Amino acid sequence: MLKEDYAQATHTQCYHCGEDCEAEIIKAEDKSFCCQGCKSVYDILNKVELCNYYNLEKNPGLNQKTRIRPEKFAFLDDALVQQKLINFKDDIHSHATFYLPQMHCSSCIWLLENLGKVNRYIARSQVNFLKKEVKIVFEHKHTGLREMAEMLTSIGYEPHLSLNDLSDKPVSTYDKSRIYKIGITGFCFGNIMLLSFPEYFSLGHIEDIKLQRLFSYLILGLSLPVFFYSASEFFLSAWKSYKQKFLNIDTPIALAILITFVRSVYEILSGTGAGYLDSMTGIVFFMLIGRFFQNYTYNTISFNRDFTSYFPIGVTLLKENGSEEQVPVSAIRAGDRIKVYSQEIIPADCILFMGKATIDYSFVSGESQPVEKGIGEIIYAGGRQLGGALEMEVVKDVSQSYLTQLWNNDTFKKEEHKEESYIHKVSKYFTIVLFAIALITAAYWQLNDPAKMWNAVTSILIVACPCALLLSATFTNGNMLRVLQNFGFFARNALVIEHLAKADTIVFDKTGTLTKQSTFTVNYEGSELNEETISCIRSLVNQSSHPLSKAIAAALPSGKKWPVKQFEEKQGLGISGYIRNDFYRIGSALFVQKTTGFGADGSIVYVQCNDSIIGSFNVKAPYRKGLKPLFNALKSDYKTALLSGDNEQEFTNLKSYFNGELLFHQSPQDKLDYIKRLQKDKFKVIMLGDGLNDAGALKQSDTGIAITDNINNFSPACDVIMKGESLPFLNKLINYCQNNKTIINTSFVMSVLYNIVGLFFAVQGELSPVIAAILMPVSSISIVLLTTGMSSLMAIPLKRAFREKARISNENDINHLAA
Amino acid sequence: MSVIFILVSASLVLAIGFLIAFIWSVKTNQYEDDYTPSVRMLFDNETKQSTEINNNESINP
Repeated sequence: MLKEDYAQATHTQCYHCGEDCEAEIIKAEDKSFCCQGCKSVYDILNKVELCNYYNLEKNPGLNQKTRIRPEKFAFLDDALVQQKLINFKDDIHSHATFYLPQMHCSSCIWLLENLGKVNRYIARSQVNFLKKEVKIVFEHKHTGLREMAEMLTSIGYEPHLSLNDLSDKPVSTYDKSRIYKIGITGFCFGNIMLLSFPEYFSLGHIEDIKLQRLFSYLILGLSLPVFFYSASEFFLSAWKSYKQKFLNIDTPIALAILITFVRSVYEILSGTGAGYLDSMTGIVFFMLIGRFFQNYTYNTISFNRDFTSYFPIGVTLLKENGSEEQVPVSAIRAGDRIKVYSQEIIPADCILFMGKATIDYSFVSGESQPVEKGIGEIIYAGGRQLGGALEMEVVKDVSQSYLTQLWNNDTFKKEEHKEESYIHKVSKYFTIVLFAIALITAAYWQLNDPAKMWNAVTSILIVACPCALLLSATFTNGNMLRVLQNFGFFARNALVIEHLAKADTIVFDKTGTLTKQSTFTVNYEGSELNEETISCIRSLVNQSSHPLSKAIAAALPSGKKWPVKQFEEKQGLGISGYIRNDFYRIGSALFVQKTTGFGADGSIVYVQCNDSIIGSFNVKAPYRKGLKPLFNALKSDYKTALLSGDNEQEFTNLKSYFNGELLFHQSPQDKLDYIKRLQKDKFKVIMLGDGLNDAGALKQSDTGIAITDNINNFSPACDVIMKGESLPFLNKLINYCQNNKTIINTSFVMSVLYNIVGLFFAVQGELSPVIAAILMPVSSISIVLLTTGMSSLMAIPLKRAFREKARISNENDINHLAA
Repeated sequence: MSVIFILVSASLVLAIGFLIAFIWSVKTNQYEDDYTPSVRMLFDNETKQSTEINNNESINP
């Protein structure tokens, strides 16, 4: 304990980002910064008196160690790009919206809403925190889009601009028309109920005939917008399904609304009764609320991302005279020469002709280790360059590259045609039974008392509306989506819940799905290291920015720092240098001229001191925690399989956890084909993946689940986006989805009971508006309470499991099993 | 009894007023972002310093 406190005291926190100042401490006034980047952000804010930023939250900034190339946003000068990115433009002002994934606290909001102080040509800036967007209004005569992006970058908020922003898709906002409909229907429903009270209390006999007429006509007038505007979607949907010779759930609803309306209008105009318009507007109102509840959309999550949202907008084009130009990615053609800088994504398939490529394909192909490429080799699009700048020649247009071809696959072209919802099947039977009852009643009254026939038949259709049935589905699903959201499980829509419940096969991807990206575990093998050697190794690896060096540096305990003389970094091989008169080489087997074996496979980094190899570091991406109990639980109920783009080195470790195949070296197409094969054998497949390489398989599977550590990051098109930390609870989440049917069935039974009561009156031709008006809201409200109550209640075991998450011991960790 | 005619029409007019207000609020995107304004309103005191200076400037001449 004491030791820890001491360690904390010796570390200086960066005033801007709050990280420990490790390599160097930069002092400015009385503040310390961990890097020049952080200090320059502070300088900018200090200059324009925006230092309040630091008072609102403690160390609100983001680390600025990775520098951004000054020319990066030059493509924003392109008129075509500007036209697409600027939402609105008048003579003086332009409106542009930037997506800033770094936004995370109230300091961010404050700073971003005071941008006018940083650049005086910014008239207004407004933040939408949930969407992580800032809308900037600026004077385009004095400043431009590029300056905006550069200014945001300079204060630590680099805007995320992708190729997807340039497509002509409309900006997706929530469906406003449904909110209007709910508002108008609620208004009409409430007022109609109010005007119906005299009718209810006088039991259908209002003395003053004038007053009765007034109420009736007012009710009729108020019901018109509901019938013609709000209920229109039910009619449209019913009409569409009728044309396809198919009875969907909207058919009986549309029929009930239509018949209720026609009969009520007839009764009111002929003065024979008060009509059932109160019930009708109520049905429409509850139904619209139910749909709104079910079609809830998440603010920041997009399920339809394709490669365009992953690719950058701009790329550096090398002209024949040697000059560089920033052009939109869509403008590059085969034969062009481009330059790709460190940390940039390769936009098209290219041949390398200058520089040394270290490409991270983990997101594209699932290979966990960076790939080295030499001059003359083909580099596929989608990889991220980790080393220095590259010059290459484009061999294929962006739209035809190896990676994007996956999107030309039939899986992506065909319309979403997954199995119909369970509730639609039930509704078919409901409709058939309903018509049968109506026909029998009609026949009975035709024989006994023909005058009563129409009254009875229309009453049946009015009262036996399947709205309770529909409400039970919409509210159960809607509530379940919300519950699941709390557990980091974001389902695209309600149908996904039903598909999940039916699945019998689960296929996992490895890299990024089972393993965690951007973190490493480092195991050391070899002769024991003393404190001094550790500090020497640490000093050397600190000089390099290679991911393996960084991983090793992070794994070693901190200590003394030594100067490194004659430091040399050989791209793709290793690093070397003199520390305290000893010559150290750290790198691959080839680099240290290894002759005797230490480790066996994986990413092994050897350490050589003078002439002897002292040991090796095995750097691996760690598995997520708590997978062992998950796999064991899944194995008994599901067929489980693994598809990995990586090599077989983990086969023996993982074999015992799966009861299906474990396939390695799988290309994106292989994965897709594997899912197809399973589906041909009538398996219902859940696919879990994370990268572009899984995109085809995710789309093909019955339910595609994308795993991500940050829900705002890019994830391929899928049905569910799931936080990585929730993965150990996958079986419990699926179990929860399986409750869906139980809840719907229970409330369905209840709605049938209500219908029987209603039909009891209706078949006798005795259904008065009062009975209808009581039965309708009581059934609707009780169904809503029952479904939301039950679905929340059933989430309790799930909640308990999540609470115990903290207590999951390391025994359950596959990493330890491997050792 | 005729007073009921007046009352009913008055109540309807009032209710329609609320309906219009609701439609207006949806139309002007007031439901678009229901989080940021709650944070933004807390900033007023913090930025007072600069607005006070501005106010003084405008008052003095």
